[in-house]
Amino acid sequence: MIRGKIWKYGKNVDTDAIYPARYLVHFDPEEVAKHTMEDVDPDFMKKVKPGDIVLAEDNFGCGSAREQAAMALKYAQIGAILADSFNRTFYRNAINNGLPIMSLKGVSQLINEGDDVELDLEKGTIINHTTSQQWITAPMPQFALDILNIGGAIAYYRNKKITG
Amino acid sequence: MGMTMVEKILAKHAGLDRVTPGQIVEAQVDVVMLHDIGTPGIQRPFKELGADKIADNVDCVIIPDHYVPAPTVQAAENLKITRAFARKMNVTHYYELGRGGICHHVMIEKGHVLPGQIIVAPDSHATTYGACGALGTGLGVTDTAIALGTGSLWFQVPETVKIILTGKLGRSVSAKDAALFLLKEFGEAKLIYKCVEIVGPVVDELSLDGRACMANMMLEAGVKACLFAPDDKTMEYLKQRVAKVPEPVLADGDAHYEEVITFDLSNLPPIVAAPHSPSNGKSVLEVAGTKIDQAFLGSCTNGRLEDLRIGAAILKGKKVHPSVRMLVTPASQEIYRQADAEGIVQIFIDAGAFVTNPGCGVCLGGHLGVIASGEVCIASSNRNFRGRMGSVAGEIYLASPAVVAAAALAGEIADPRIFEGAEVR
Repeated sequence: MIRGKIWKYGKNVDTDAIYPARYLVHFDPEEVAKHTMEDVDPDFMKKVKPGDIVLAEDNFGCGSAREQAAMALKYAQIGAILADSFNRTFYRNAINNGLPIMSLKGVSQLINEGDDVELDLEKGTIINHTTSQQWITAPMPQFALDILNIGGAIAYYRNKKITG
Repeated sequence: MGMTMVEKILAKHAGLDRVTPGQIVEAQVDVVMLHDIGTPGIQRPFKELGADKIADNVDCVIIPDHYVPAPTVQAAENLKITRAFARKMNVTHYYELGRGGICHHVMIEKGHVLPGQIIVAPDSHATTYGACGALGTGLGVTDTAIALGTGSLWFQVPETVKIILTGKLGRSVSAKDAALFLLKEFGEAKLIYKCVEIVGPVVDELSLDGRACMANMMLEAGVKACLFAPDDKTMEYLKQRVAKVPEPVLADGDAHYEEVITFDLSNLPPIVAAPHSPSNGKSVLEVAGTKIDQAFLGSCTNGRLEDLRIGAAILKGKKVHPSVRMLVTPASQEIYRQADAEGIVQIFIDAGAFVTNPGCGVCLGGHLGVIASGEVCIASSNRNFRGRMGSVAGEIYLASPAVVAAAALAGEIADPRIFEGAEVR
């Protein structure tokens, strides 16, 4: 179960904004986390708390395939990303890095910044505790859930190799 | 019911008779391309996976291009890691600095992209390989490490949208304008996760360079892949580069498309994507007169010989506007050499333009000419996101090589059709 405070952003939040190209040379978790969302919201890292949820409109994570975009949000200890829709490579990268992700068309217009929201990936439920509203979206495919639950794609494939 | 190109490619690589959109399959990967950001990036996941060699069925090609030659010590360290990995893994297709160029172009130029293959890379513009009828798609470093170490990867079979381009492109209107037009029509999100097949008389007329430009640019519409059915032109191009070209994988006549959309491009004007989205396309006439500080001709989108020829034809015997600096980046050493042999490099130098080494620096705002706050750049590359080419307070307009060259001369965005030397393409 994921529960946290909502931080709201617009449409087409691109990977250059989430993790600027000028920091691409870094892979160290602490260094990567420092620049999370820097070009969207320079104060992002000052205001978010572990477990908070980022809410966005259409096409979150568009642009380059850089995995640091998903890694940065994970390293910044964001609880989940909720958006109207996601870019496909970002979607894969998020799952592969164990960053929970959920989409529902129009959800960005239903929830306000600061709301206290709870997500259940298996059931596909979104509960807004601030307004006592609830919505249902498609549950995450079992395959993707398995990867998320085991902590990411590497752990999944290692495990698969061991168990045959 | 038949299958589309992407469905047939995925089915074949998954060992299945047929696949349908939405299905998740485990498919064999033919080629993994790595560069100087991807190679250091896969080190951790590759090690954690427990892999100690590249899977037997995978051909690995390594082409450093993002930060070359190294502008910082950190970049030099990444290049060192890249080089060491190539050596340790016995990668024969490693292109040292000065012998390759921009990865997506070098891949095609050196014959590493063949029809019907699945090629993955930790770089979004891997869609470029669709120009030769290969399923090229970008992945993160974790997926890339898994493909490299295990030889296969999970893919969800995408829906296919067929785009038919009819008519004939006008004077000084190119593949880039067609791509910017499609991005404007579809927006950033309508084609997310889909595969597009682009066909029609306009495509038949395009060179491989033009198709590569479109396959590259369509990534900005969110596609998983953009495929062009190989034709005689494709086979001719490939035969000059590889000993044996496989039979192309083509869509079945009764394939199911999610949508079939036709556009007549006969009256298409040059298109310019205004800040800060590649989908923010406008007719060149709407933005003409916008003052520019920098003009960039190059990148994996438009740094090919055809592009340099178009730029040189417009700049020949003229001077870049006094308040503009122009940067030209050939996509590869081979193109650089050909451009030099044709006198194109001389034309750029005489015009007062700066010809850089092949690489990604300018386009990604890494080095070789970033823009300052308040500056405006017109670029033949693929992204005009805020901060992409330098300062977040700068502005980027995306356009064709002809529009970039015309703007460099005029000092402001200008319609290339008014310039002598602007050719029919």
